[in-house]
Amino acid sequence: MKVAIVKYNAGNICSVINALRRIGVQPLLTDSPEALQEADCVIFPGQGEASNTMAHLRENGLVQLILGLHCPVLGICIGQQLLCAHSEEGNTPCLGVFEHTVRRFPASSAGQRVKIPQIGWNTIEALQSPLFSGIANGDFVYFVHSYYVPDCAEAIARTSYGGVTYASALRRGNFYATQFHPEKSGDVGLRILHNFIHLCHD
Amino acid sequence: MLAKRIIPCLDVKDGRTVKGINFVNLRDAGDPVELGKAYSEQGADELVFLDIAATHEGRKTFTDMVSRVAAAISIPFTVGGGIHELADVACLLEAGADKVSLNSAAIRNPQLVNEIASHFGSQVCVAAIDARHDADGWYCYVNGGRIRVERTLFDWAREVADRGAGEILFTSMDHDGVKQGFPNEALARLSDALSIPVIASGGAGTKKHFADAFRQGHADAALAASVFHFGEIKIPELKQYLREEGICVRL
Repeated sequence: MKVAIVKYNAGNICSVINALRRIGVQPLLTDSPEALQEADCVIFPGQGEASNTMAHLRENGLVQLILGLHCPVLGICIGQQLLCAHSEEGNTPCLGVFEHTVRRFPASSAGQRVKIPQIGWNTIEALQSPLFSGIANGDFVYFVHSYYVPDCAEAIARTSYGGVTYASALRRGNFYATQFHPEKSGDVGLRILHNFIHLCHD
Repeated sequence: MLAKRIIPCLDVKDGRTVKGINFVNLRDAGDPVELGKAYSEQGADELVFLDIAATHEGRKTFTDMVSRVAAAISIPFTVGGGIHELADVACLLEAGADKVSLNSAAIRNPQLVNEIASHFGSQVCVAAIDARHDADGWYCYVNGGRIRVERTLFDWAREVADRGAGEILFTSMDHDGVKQGFPNEALARLSDALSIPVIASGGAGTKKHFADAFRQGHADAALAASVFHFGEIKIPELKQYLREEGICVRL
């Protein structure tokens, strides 16, 4: 089982490595085309700003490489946002696996100020994927983000914040993505990472 | 719905937790990693580790501890103490910390907040503010509360938020350690004025104090040390109580 993590200029990547080690997986952190293409599954994690991270992916030839992957791919946080077509953050054209525009949370909702970023544990609902095997609707996972993917047909989990119900996880073909951080979501998150690794066997 | 967070804070000196710890079933309660794991298993939503000595020699020990915490625990954690420049932040993030908290350093060098936010993102930067309700209003203090600076709590909080801090950790020196509750009026004023989350710190003595900080103080999270360390309040019971009070918490 070869699990590769895309190496690029995003933060928080070592948390994913630590979490995978805790479930008995020793991942390979790499930006080598050969290594990524040979992997059984690829994780595209990170925290960061959309335009800078996209510019880095372009300059390092990672755009076509990621789009050309045939194994299960899991985008996390900014990874999910970059897999969409466009982000309002820095008005950035992104990878386009999912044909959606990533939007910023509204500054207020129903007369109430919305705290941005959303930081903390929120529930995931309407779960519909083997990615969430053993996870219940209403389980809590950890989020840190200011931008979100609007609810859509590819949503495999939904979450509400700031008066918006949005897609907190997505799937299209071999591409999966979560807005939350499974690597920071305690046992629930470790189970989701375990499930993802085991998608590779199916 | 976004849950209100419960955050135990651990003071660390030379790689060991320093406050008296009254924990059962721990091999080594002085080990911050063991203690952090125990809190995580009890349902803490985040952890804070403060290097209270923050000496030059002790720095490597603290960074090693951060690496061990990151390897052992699957919930977010913040580290503070001894952060003076961007390189200190980079070092702690590389070791696996999710966020850093700045206190006196931010007041002495406010530009550091901007630098952290632009290099690593706002979510990394927790601005810790110690303040006291003096006769002429709420004023900020530095050096562990010894020196008053001529900035009001509310002006300084707004400024660090504008500079890119992702959260405010507000400790009232009048309330800290007294166990009479959090400063709910000031908390609510802060929380309502800012568009970033506010963490209430210092003053918890009972479970109701937490409920009051969330309901009356509009806090997004509450931090405490001794009530958890001495087992006076157990996190699972606290969260159960808060849920029964109608407050959204992660159980």
